[in-house]
Parts: sequence; C-alpha cells; structure tokens
Amino acid sequence: MKRPQHLLSISDLGTDGIAEVLRVAEAFAEVERRSVRKVPTLRGKAVATLFFEESTRTRLSFETAAKRLSADVLSLAVAGSSVKKGESLRDTVETVEAMGIDAIIIRHGSSGAPHRVAQWATRARVINAGDGWHEHPTQALLDCFTVRQVLAERKGAVPEELGIDCFAGLRVLIVGDIRHSRVARSEVLAYSALGAKVTLVAPGSLLPPSLEGWPVTVAPDFDAALGDADVVSLLRLQAERGSGSYVPSLREYTAGWGLTARRVELLGEDAIVTHPGPMVRGVEIASDVADLPRTVATQQVTNGVAVRMAILFLLLGGEWPGADRHD
Amino acid sequence: MAERERSHTRPLGGVFVARSQVLSPPEVQRALTRMSHEVVERNGGIDDVVLVGLQTGGVPLARRMAEILGQIEETSLRVGCLDVAFYRDDIGLRPVLPEAVTDVPWDLTGKVVVLVDDVLFTGRTIRAALNAVNDFGRARAVQLAVMIDRGHRELPIRPDYVGKNLPTRRDEMVDVGDEGVWIGTLESR
Repeated sequence: MKRPQHLLSISDLGTDGIAEVLRVAEAFAEVERRSVRKVPTLRGKAVATLFFEESTRTRLSFETAAKRLSADVLSLAVAGSSVKKGESLRDTVETVEAMGIDAIIIRHGSSGAPHRVAQWATRARVINAGDGWHEHPTQALLDCFTVRQVLAERKGAVPEELGIDCFAGLRVLIVGDIRHSRVARSEVLAYSALGAKVTLVAPGSLLPPSLEGWPVTVAPDFDAALGDADVVSLLRLQAERGSGSYVPSLREYTAGWGLTARRVELLGEDAIVTHPGPMVRGVEIASDVADLPRTVATQQVTNGVAVRMAILFLLLGGEWPGADRHD
Repeated sequence: MAERERSHTRPLGGVFVARSQVLSPPEVQRALTRMSHEVVERNGGIDDVVLVGLQTGGVPLARRMAEILGQIEETSLRVGCLDVAFYRDDIGLRPVLPEAVTDVPWDLTGKVVVLVDDVLFTGRTIRAALNAVNDFGRARAVQLAVMIDRGHRELPIRPDYVGKNLPTRRDEMVDVGDEGVWIGTLESR
C-alpha cells in the first residue's frame, strides 16, 4: 500500500489507501455522534490553513476536524497577510513552516500549487484543499464516504461491513462543468479506483479538451443517462473560472443540463444525488430537487469533518498499515 | 488491546508461535463465571453496572460476561465497545490505527463501568480507556476485568477482576481466543 507523505491527489492513495481512509473515517464519524466531540489524538500538533481562494465549507470543515483532534489551528487570511505586500508563495510557506507547523492545508487558484508547496516543505505534511482546475481530493473522499453510508443505511448494515465492494459496478454520472471542476477530476479518480463505472455528461464546451487516459465514458444525452445512474454527482458552474462564457446563458444551461423536477422523475427510485456545494439553486439543481431526501448535500458536509479527521490522523499521527518504512 | 493485534504491528512485528496452553476454553468460561460473580458481589447487584469491552480482544469477553451476569441476576446487561486508538500516548511512535468502531451509546454519568480486556500488560491501553470513558460522562466508578494479568506494568494501574495471573517475560506473547489462552513468542518473519 502507498504511504503518502502528503495528500495532493487521489492518485497518492490508490485503491487500498482510499479504503483505509473510509474505514478510519468511520471511526471518527462515531466521535462526531458523541456528546463530547473531541479526542486528544493530535494534541501538540499544529495545522495551518492557507486559503488563497474563498471557501466556506472546506475551510470550516478542516478547521473543525483539526480542533476535534485537539490540534492547534492557525488560519492565514490571505487578504490580511503579507501576500498582499507581494510575498511569494514560497516565502509564505517557509514562514509558516518556520513556526513549526505540522500540516499545511492549502487551497490555491493555480493548479499544481500544493505540489510546489510539498516540494518546498521540509517537514510539514501538505494537504490539497482544492487547486485550480486540478483536484480536490478530500471532497471526492467524502462523496464516496457518503454514498457508502447511504447504501449501508438502505441495507440496514454498518458501512464498514460493505467495505469497498459496494462500489463495484456502481454507475456514477458526473454532470456539468467538468472542464473547470477539480471535484470532477478527483471524483473520477476515486470512484474508478473503487471499481465504479463513471460516466460524464456535459455541454461539449464544458468537457475537458481531451479525455485521453480517463477511465470514463461520455454520455451523449443527459435525459437518457439519468435512468442508468446509481449516483448523480452535480457540479456548480464555475463562474469565477469563466464558465459563463462557455454556455450561451444560465437559462439555457439549466434547460439542457440542470437537474430539474422533470428530470428527477427519470432517475431510478434508489438513485442518490450528490453536490459538493455551494449549490446554486435554480441553475444546476432545482430548489425542490435540492430538498429531496435523495439529495445528500447536507450529509456530505457532515461527513466532511470525519473524513478530514481521518486524513489529518493518517498523515500526522497514524500509520498506513502494510506500508514499508525505511527510517 | 489484543496481543494478537500487537503482533501485526511494528516494532513488534512477527508471527505468533504458540508454546503452551495456559487456560483451556472451559477454564476460560469458569474464570469468566467467577469474575462475573465477583462483579455482582462487589457492586451489590448489577443495577448501575455497564460492561465496556476494549476493541477488539475485550469485546467478546465482555459479551460472554454479560451473558453470565444476565443469568446470575436474571436481567439483561448493556455492553459497549471502546476503541482507544485516539487516546493512546504512543501515536506517531508506532503504528496506531483504530481497529473497530466505538459503540458506547449511553451517558456513563453515575454508572459503574467495568472495562473488560483480554490481556493486561503495560497498562497504557487502560490509561487511554480511562480518558475515553471520561468523554462519555462522569462514571461513579470504573473497574477493570482482565482474563490475563501478565505483569510488566508501566503505569499505576491494577485490575479488579482477574482470570489468571501469569508471570511472563517481556518478549513473550499471550493470545486469548476461541482455543483458550496460549503463551508463546513472536518470531520474526
């Protein structure tokens, strides 16, 4: 099994690694259900969040996770930092590391920024909390975790018992702005590593320029694809990355690619709808659809904390079983 | 923590090679019966008693004790499971991973908590368990039941109910399972 130093991409984990994260996250989900939702596991460790892009849930989720593990959390508000005075990313990272930070959680508008940070970091572990169009690994992990939770609940089983077998042959349909979506990239890697069959559906302009090497198929017709989906993963139009100019208008986008009340009827009875948030009601998802029991966006947010606790624990405190250690 | 699990983790990694049997399965059952009677005697019944098995070695023993206690007192007893991985003091020093999900679905405030584990060794698992129990409420008392006390304590912890005291060498290994209790050594792979 791979034993990554950092979590930069889903591919750092491999199938066994993803399975391990899901298993450990289940133990942390139990901590979340207690009345005292805190364990002393990472006492004395310090975690810094460096968010060069705005975020509500990811940042809160990571900070909550770190605090539940008793780690100290420092968050750098870029707007009020020396970055505004022209300090480079490298110098910022070196400054943070010089303070004895054990993990750097970074979100950056440029794809690959966390990889650079990982090269510069000498002892801190680096966690990618979303980089440009590239990846958002913890989001994909919590999506998988949530899907398994729902499948287990329906079977009246404990999620752990399902292992990762429940993903074998699972039909996942990813819809929308795939071109600009880091969530889509991480989801494709995670779901397919677990054995699911991933299909993409999007306007041609919002598909990546090349899908070579991606373990996916592209569905020509959204309506037709809905009936065959076990999981529908909706994505937000990334307006801040210029998606607006890739579609004629939001209304037309909704008409063609939004999950409307009519389209929901085309879904199988058991199909699950996921959304990484923030949802833009009325664009990629109709407001009524967002509130259906099959839409698990809120559950995803809840699970995000447990999954991020697992990641922090595995990188900072735990050990990847079976991994060879040479030190 | 079951020593069986310890054997899978470094720096103690290796294969458990059994040398001799310490307790046969019927002897384990008799020990559990005696310990259950001691629990009843000491607490004057089992009204406020809850059993908490430590994952994973202590859980089956806790379930068996609950069954016996149920027969003695003609009532049913609640059994919780506790994984202490998150409370250990050696996180980062050796591989520590949760083995199973904790399940203590009640407030322990005012209860008499009997922790059940298979082997008592350094006492560090129990130290971690005491911290964990505290997070589920302020128990009126916490007692400790172990099948084997093998000595070599590193902390001021002692058991209240013991199946068998077993003097061991530090490098030996004790295994509690369906085949009874065995002592052996860890051979490198």
